[in-house]
This record gives sequence, structure tokens and C-alpha cells, in this order.
Amino acid sequence: MNDQAERPVYMDHAATTFIKPEVIAAMAPYFSQYFGNPSSLYRFAGEPRKGVDAAREQVAAALGATPAEVFFCAGGSEADNWAIKGVALANHKRGDHIVTTAIEHHAVLHTCEWLEKHGFSVTYLPVDTFGRVDPGDVEEAITGRTVLISVMTANNEIGTIQPVARIGRIAHDHDVLFHTDAVQAIGAVPIDVESMNIDLLSLSGHKFYGPKGTGALYVRRGTRLENLVHGGGQERGRRAGTENVPGIVGMGKAIELATADIEGHNRRLAAMRDRLIREVLSTIPDSRLNGHPTERLANNANFSFRYVEGESILLMLDARGICASTGSACSSASLEPSHVLLATGLAHEEAHGSLRLTLGDANTEDDVGYVLEVLPEVIGRLRQISPLTPPAGKRVPEAE
Amino acid sequence: MYTEKVMEEFTNPKNVGELADADGFGEVGSPSCGDTMKLYLKVEDDRIVDVRFRTFGCAAAIASSSMATTMIRGMTLAEAWDLSNADVVAALGGLPPAKIHCSVLAEAAIRTAINDYRARRGLSPWKPCSSCSCGGDGCGPHCENG
Repeated sequence: MNDQAERPVYMDHAATTFIKPEVIAAMAPYFSQYFGNPSSLYRFAGEPRKGVDAAREQVAAALGATPAEVFFCAGGSEADNWAIKGVALANHKRGDHIVTTAIEHHAVLHTCEWLEKHGFSVTYLPVDTFGRVDPGDVEEAITGRTVLISVMTANNEIGTIQPVARIGRIAHDHDVLFHTDAVQAIGAVPIDVESMNIDLLSLSGHKFYGPKGTGALYVRRGTRLENLVHGGGQERGRRAGTENVPGIVGMGKAIELATADIEGHNRRLAAMRDRLIREVLSTIPDSRLNGHPTERLANNANFSFRYVEGESILLMLDARGICASTGSACSSASLEPSHVLLATGLAHEEAHGSLRLTLGDANTEDDVGYVLEVLPEVIGRLRQISPLTPPAGKRVPEAE
Repeated sequence: MYTEKVMEEFTNPKNVGELADADGFGEVGSPSCGDTMKLYLKVEDDRIVDVRFRTFGCAAAIASSSMATTMIRGMTLAEAWDLSNADVVAALGGLPPAKIHCSVLAEAAIRTAINDYRARRGLSPWKPCSSCSCGGDGCGPHCENG
């Protein structure tokens, strides 16, 4: 039995992660001891400036980039906004067309929709039933007016990993800039911006055990990019605003830790993920795995359970001390089911009955065992309540 | 985001099930919209003596179903007809604004089941006051115009 009364079983690491103690320790001196503004001239500003410089080197090293190509900002959403609006506006004379996919994060999709209101045209590529983009579709979508291709490295909901290296090659063959939202991929998918032909890459500190409110945009040297945040001359004149020094230092430490042993980290999480997937599908009838069977993030398991609704699943799990997530409309402010699940061809009712479990560094086999004990009970209980459950109950195990 | 009362009704809903010999039955909603409710009534001397439901939906939909069915048990059909979703929401200690529509499901299911009961007895259906022109014929029980 799990001690969920004291510690919830947190399986929502795609939403956010805890900050590692080493990261907190690295940040600590920059709150009070080295609180100076890095832009100041006196010697007291030297330590904060060194902290920011060191973090820039850490981020660059994790991406195979040079420090001069790394720009700090306030998070993944800002990085996505900056990359897409910045490229579109800086290259408007060359073209006005953007290629992206139907399963991008809203930070990309809503930015593209905003650009459509301002005279740009956008192609939203479909995905297959596993959530994969076909690089051939990307190539076909390119026109003489295309200035940017934006395809995420890995999807936040279903965990599907995209063929970004192939898409990057296609983009460069056609002389089009390539942006990837790697927010979910850092520490899970090895990144090398050179060999993968990536021109712009968004990342967010709190997805890899760093602090919230921190992010970075990688911009390949020579890329034409307008500024998004105007003001002071920080970040070599590219992004105004006094640097979040403790946050930047923390994100630097966090990305160093997250990319030190990606393979070992993935092996450990994938073992737990595969046990979750195997046992959920075998013990709960009328369940399915969403996303790709193999090309998926090592920490992501996303299911649909027929006849039940995701917010109900979530709150029943919460009552038993388990934190998870759903693509159901009932849990979203928009009352629309997940655009990602719908893009993979799921019916609305299947998208409503979805559950995302995302593992992280603190999860144990005991946690997985506890979820595997509770989840079939929760689904069985909700199916007793649901009028959609087939009669006779033969296909559905009796709850409790 | 939900009140304790909502969570209590949701995690331990009352009146879940079906009635094989129901006198009135109502089904509302659609799975693709995210919620569906089936409601079964047993009626004696114009009074609801038993009630069961099955609901597919979020916590607010299930809690509203449980609360509404508990409230109408023992009511006359006219009293049950006049139970509004606002009454159910109040009994639940409130719902988040985005979830108010979930409570309408129970109100609609009750009215559908009452009219099913009336139809089975050859009676004309009651209408919600908002939709009636009130010549007195077929209007709901407590219509202000009627």
C-alpha cells in the first residue's frame, strides 16, 4: 500500500516537475548574496553576470549550440511566440506562409492563428493515428512563399516523437527556416541542432526539474528574427528585461543534469511506462493506448477508456492520491476535447475518456503498482455509473 | 475547484442504477458532447416513490445527478417539474461557472421522464414556462401565466 496520504503519487510530469535539490542549491546564492543586476557596471554585478554566462554555456552544450545562439526568456510559450512571430515578421518580404502541424502546443497554434489575422497563411499538417507527421507532407506543403516550418520535437499529450531531423533536412533543402518546440523533449530526446538542421528551438525550464518562469530560444547564427519583447539591451539586444538571474542559473544546472545521461534516464522511465501500458491494457477492457507504440517519450502513457469521462477519472484518482491529466473537454476552459487526440482520429467520446500519466524522476515501481491497483477500480466504478457501459457487465469487471 | 459537497456526491453518488419497471424514463445529452444521463422514475399517486440514474460525464454532472435525484424522491410530479438546475446547484454549495451547464442535464432528464410518464398515461406533455404561450393547455404546473 502506498503512503499516498503523506505523498501523492505525482504522475503529471508533462505538466510540470519539481525542482531538483542540486538546482535549488545552485540558485540559492543568486537570491540574496549575488542579487545584483547583470547589466550594472560595478564589480558587484560580476557574479550575477558570470552566473548567466555559465547557464548560457550549459544550455548551449545541451543542444550542441554555441552560447551566442542561446537567448533566455520567460518560458516555452514566450519562446514559441518569439520564434514564430519573429521569423514571420523578419522575413515578410520573402514570403508569408508557415507550415506547422495540427498537434502543436497552443503556444504555437494560437500564434499561427494570430499571424493568419495579420495576413500570413498557415498550413496545419495532419498526423497519422499514432500522432506522427509525415515528412513527405511537410515537403509537399512548402511553397515559394514559405518562410518557416514549425514541428514539435515530441508531443506533450500523447508523447509521440516527431521525425524532426528528417524535417530539418527537408527545410534546409528548400531554404526554409525550421523551428521546433522541444519543451517536452529536453532530457528525453537527444538534441543536436547541427545534425538535426534546427534553426530555432524552444525550451522551458520547469519541464526538466528547473524553475518555472524560465525558458530559452536557440537561434542559429545569422537567422533573421525580429524582437518580441522591446526595451533594454539585455540578451545582446534581442530580448529586453532584467534577467531572471536565479531562474536562469537554475535552468542551466537543470539542463546539465537532465542531459547528462538521457539514455539511462529513459531506460528507467520506459521500464515503468511499459509496465503501466501493458497492465492497464490487459486488466481494463475497452481501453486503448493513444500515441505511438514505440516512438514515444519514455515517461508518457496516454489511454482512452470507453464509457467514462476524463475529468471524473482524474478526480476519482485525486481522491486516492494520484495526480494525472486528461484531454477531456470537461477539464478544459474551452470545453473542447484535446485537439491532439482528435487529430489522431479519435472520436469525441474517446477523447473525453482520455487519461495521461507522465512519469518522472521521483516515481518508483511502488507508485506504478499503486496506480495499477487504483485505476481499474476507478474505471470500474465510473462504468457502473455510466449509461454507456454495455449491459450484462460481461465485458467490464465488477468494481470493488 | 469543486465544493466538498460536490466531491462527496461525486465520490459517493446516491440512486445509481436502473428501474426495470419504471413508470417514466428520460434520456438527455450525447456522449460526443461529453455527458449523457438516463433517469428512471417510479410513480405512485402522482408522487415519485423511487428514482435511479446513470450518468456519463464529469464530476459536476454526476454530483448534480445524485443531488437532483435525492431531492425529487418523495416529491409530487409537479414539484419535481419545478425543481430547477439553480436549486440543484444551490444544494451542492455552488458549481464553477463553466460547470453550471452540467446541472441542466439533471433538470432536463427529470422533465423528460415526467413527460414520458404523462405520455404513457395519454396526458399531454408539460412545457417549460419559457416556451409556452399559455392558453392553459399543456403548460407546466406552476406557469405564472397559467
